[in-house]
Amino acid sequence: MMEAKSSEAAPLPAFPGEVVCTLDDLVPGGGVCARVAGQQVAIFYLPGEAPPLYALGNFDPIGRANVLSRGILCKIGDELAVASPLYKQHFSLRTGRCLEDPQVAVPVWRVSLVGECVVVAP
Amino acid sequence: MAKCKVVVVGNGMVGHHFVERLLATGAEAAVVVIGAEPRPAYDRVHLSDYFAGKRPEELALTTREHYAACGVEAHFGDPVVAIDRAAKRVVTAAGRVFAYDKLVLATGSYPFVPPIPGADGDACLTYRTIDDLGRIRAEADRSRVGVVVGGGLLGLECANALRNLGLETHVVEFAPGLMGVQLDPPGSRMLRRKVEALGVVVHTEKATTRIGDGRKRRLVMEFADETSLETDLIVFSAGIRPQDQLARACGLEIGPRGGAVIDHRCLTSDPDIFAIGECASFGGTVFGLVGPGYRMAEVAASQFTADKQHFTGADLSTKLKLLGVEVGSIGDSHGKTPGAICLSYTDERREVYKRINLSPDGKKLLGAVLVGDTSDYSALHQYYLNGLELPAEPESLIFPAASPAPALGPAALPEGATICSCHNVTKGAILAAIDGGALSLADVKGATRASTGCGGCAPLLKSLVDHELAARGVAVARGLCEHFPFTRQELFHIVQVEEIRTFDELLARHGRGRVGCDLCKPAVASILASLWNEHPLAKSHAPLQDTNDAFLANLQKDGTYSVVPRIPGGEITPDKLIAIGRVAKKYNLYTKITGGQRIDLFGATLAQLPHIWRELIDAGFETGHAYGKALRTVKSCVGSTWCRYGVQDSVGMAIRLENRYKGLRAPHKIKAAVSGCTRECAEVQSKDFGVIATDKGWNLYVCGNGGMKPRHADLLATDLDDETLIRTIDRFLMFYVRTADRLQRTSVWLDNLEGGIDYLREVVVEDKLGIGAELEAQMARVIDSYRCEWKATLEDPEKLKRFRQFVNDPDGRDERVVFVTERGQIRPAREEERTALESA
Repeated sequence: MMEAKSSEAAPLPAFPGEVVCTLDDLVPGGGVCARVAGQQVAIFYLPGEAPPLYALGNFDPIGRANVLSRGILCKIGDELAVASPLYKQHFSLRTGRCLEDPQVAVPVWRVSLVGECVVVAP
Repeated sequence: MAKCKVVVVGNGMVGHHFVERLLATGAEAAVVVIGAEPRPAYDRVHLSDYFAGKRPEELALTTREHYAACGVEAHFGDPVVAIDRAAKRVVTAAGRVFAYDKLVLATGSYPFVPPIPGADGDACLTYRTIDDLGRIRAEADRSRVGVVVGGGLLGLECANALRNLGLETHVVEFAPGLMGVQLDPPGSRMLRRKVEALGVVVHTEKATTRIGDGRKRRLVMEFADETSLETDLIVFSAGIRPQDQLARACGLEIGPRGGAVIDHRCLTSDPDIFAIGECASFGGTVFGLVGPGYRMAEVAASQFTADKQHFTGADLSTKLKLLGVEVGSIGDSHGKTPGAICLSYTDERREVYKRINLSPDGKKLLGAVLVGDTSDYSALHQYYLNGLELPAEPESLIFPAASPAPALGPAALPEGATICSCHNVTKGAILAAIDGGALSLADVKGATRASTGCGGCAPLLKSLVDHELAARGVAVARGLCEHFPFTRQELFHIVQVEEIRTFDELLARHGRGRVGCDLCKPAVASILASLWNEHPLAKSHAPLQDTNDAFLANLQKDGTYSVVPRIPGGEITPDKLIAIGRVAKKYNLYTKITGGQRIDLFGATLAQLPHIWRELIDAGFETGHAYGKALRTVKSCVGSTWCRYGVQDSVGMAIRLENRYKGLRAPHKIKAAVSGCTRECAEVQSKDFGVIATDKGWNLYVCGNGGMKPRHADLLATDLDDETLIRTIDRFLMFYVRTADRLQRTSVWLDNLEGGIDYLREVVVEDKLGIGAELEAQMARVIDSYRCEWKATLEDPEKLKRFRQFVNDPDGRDERVVFVTERGQIRPAREEERTALESA
């Protein structure tokens, strides 16, 4: 996930994608949900981490509802994760994998910052 | 094979314990219980609580229904009058006949009333049963002065009862000192000094010769030394005698001091008859404490199984609080063992006396006396009970030296060490319970019953459980999570003292890493809210909040929310009801009445929440904090305003309390209630705090719980006026907020609090720690800074941004949210319904 880092310096995103909002719309230390290509994407913002932006599918496959953007961000050991607000399983922000059940994973989306714009792509 | 018919005569604490133990063994037995008293077994040890406001049913150890549910046939109020050993049957006063295969005598004892002329009048009472207490209370109503004859353990308990009834209280003792059996003369003198400081008049070396009509008071007691004492009532508590008439009449062997003689199996001279408790004589001794009685009950029950146990005598050590004075006595307290070495410590300023008696080689503890400070009891009791070798300087165990006494860690105890002598629970049994999955102090108590008798072993049990859980790597690793090596209580203190305002600041100063997790973030958010009461959605706090707090609404399974406006005390005007109905109709919400006397509106999407709240607030509602670890509701019955039985305005008080504490963030949710009379229609005894009206004011109950693990609330204080009630609740709630663990309800908190309800009362009611004013001030700050969180949210565009369904389509629809209609309202579609709707 070097995209976000390189994007801070470069005027163009490292990948073609959709501008969903500006940095100002994100919640530092938390998540928001965006609609991208008909899908629901949870975008998380952790200022101070490298990279600071992460994006996962918003659908919680265990609780079976679109809620992951509303979870609490965690560091479990060395892994950054979001805790589902429904039944509290953790999903890795890097890999999308469920830390409690490795059989379960959510899609990972690419996300980067271009200037003040947040760009998301599958 | 037919079941063995077991008839148990007597349903006191010991008789009941036998029944429980027998049932627990699973032995094939048909059990019949015959009690002479009109009610099932109750807790005689805490009898004086009756005067502190406990009702008979609160002292109960069992109920008729419970016995029936266990298949036990029980008869009360019809004493057995004869045993026919030849025919193996018993006969009751009412003429009923019960056949037995095995008979268990648990008839207990009766109070000894000395043969003094005049000791049989109406105002001469005894102290043994709940009915006795009723008589004492009735007599006390027309008395000013009361005398207790007997300065032993029970006599002083009784003196406390008279004092609580508001009588000028005297204790008359034949011997030279109080509690002569358990205490040596200096200890006894220290106890007397402390008791007298409480206003109880003590008369020792007084032999009563006659009781006659008094001149100023109803009675006069004349003593052998030609002095006299006028009083209105006399309670005899001069020792007990075994209730052994049945045993005598049917020819069982009787001990030298009365009681049916029993062997190691608790069998009498008839191999089909057991005797247990105070009606039995073992080795010439009648044991007048509940601990040995329980042990006999267990031994007798074990004879019905393959694992037969033996009774080998009992530890008579005791630790208790008499008239508020701490007293402890262990083993050979008088040092009568030949060659015993005595070490003692007296502090007349603090009124503390301690003594230990050592074996002639100074290596073992033979006994001890503690008056005024029993903090060393647990450790000393362990040395005594388990024959542990004493440290090189045993005086360090009782002297308040500059360096602390060498700690007797739970790790040092052998597995066979008895931890709880009331229920005879060893360290080994506790380890087994922990291995069996009991992973908290409360669970261990439940599984082993340790520390549920006198409670004297509570501190030791706690340290043992903590130590063992830590040794097993159970995540009691004291810290909150991997980011904070502190307990919630420690973090609370840090945040308070250093005036830390944000999670990031606390993490930077005292934690690990830069992110935190879903354990520490909500816990710290709660601490910050309890102390500084800032808006939960303030920029630095919002990402910390747990699921529901994060959006000030309750997340449901499909990702929608429910909304609960506050309805204080459950009182609502028709207009407000209509307003709720109007909002529910407009947004097509499912409505349901909650257990807390309010209305829950389900099916709101994230984006709808601010719109719904705008309308509710315009109609005069406030947030109900149904989403928060905070005060939820104060439920009430209709009270004296309408009810024919109410004695106080329970609705008015409930509204006042709910408005006072609304918005208070706590380690977990807080539910409360107020009942207008003892009929208790508001069910306050299942609440975190509950108030029941009395004709003199309010009784305050705390730490009850319904839910998964119901717990009856404990009575904290009685007959309080409005202001004292509120002050006491302020202190109680703030003390809980400060000291509980993360997500610990008040019920579990109390079960884990060292010293239990007595300690809580000392802190909250008696202000022993001197923190009462501080707790009240802290509560005042929370109350003064209250604002409706939803009102504040609606006024702040930054906070409202959180309620966009999609950041790039604020009012967009979540396609997963699909409703169907059931009984005239919406509900989330089930998976197969959703598929059907999509394909249609």
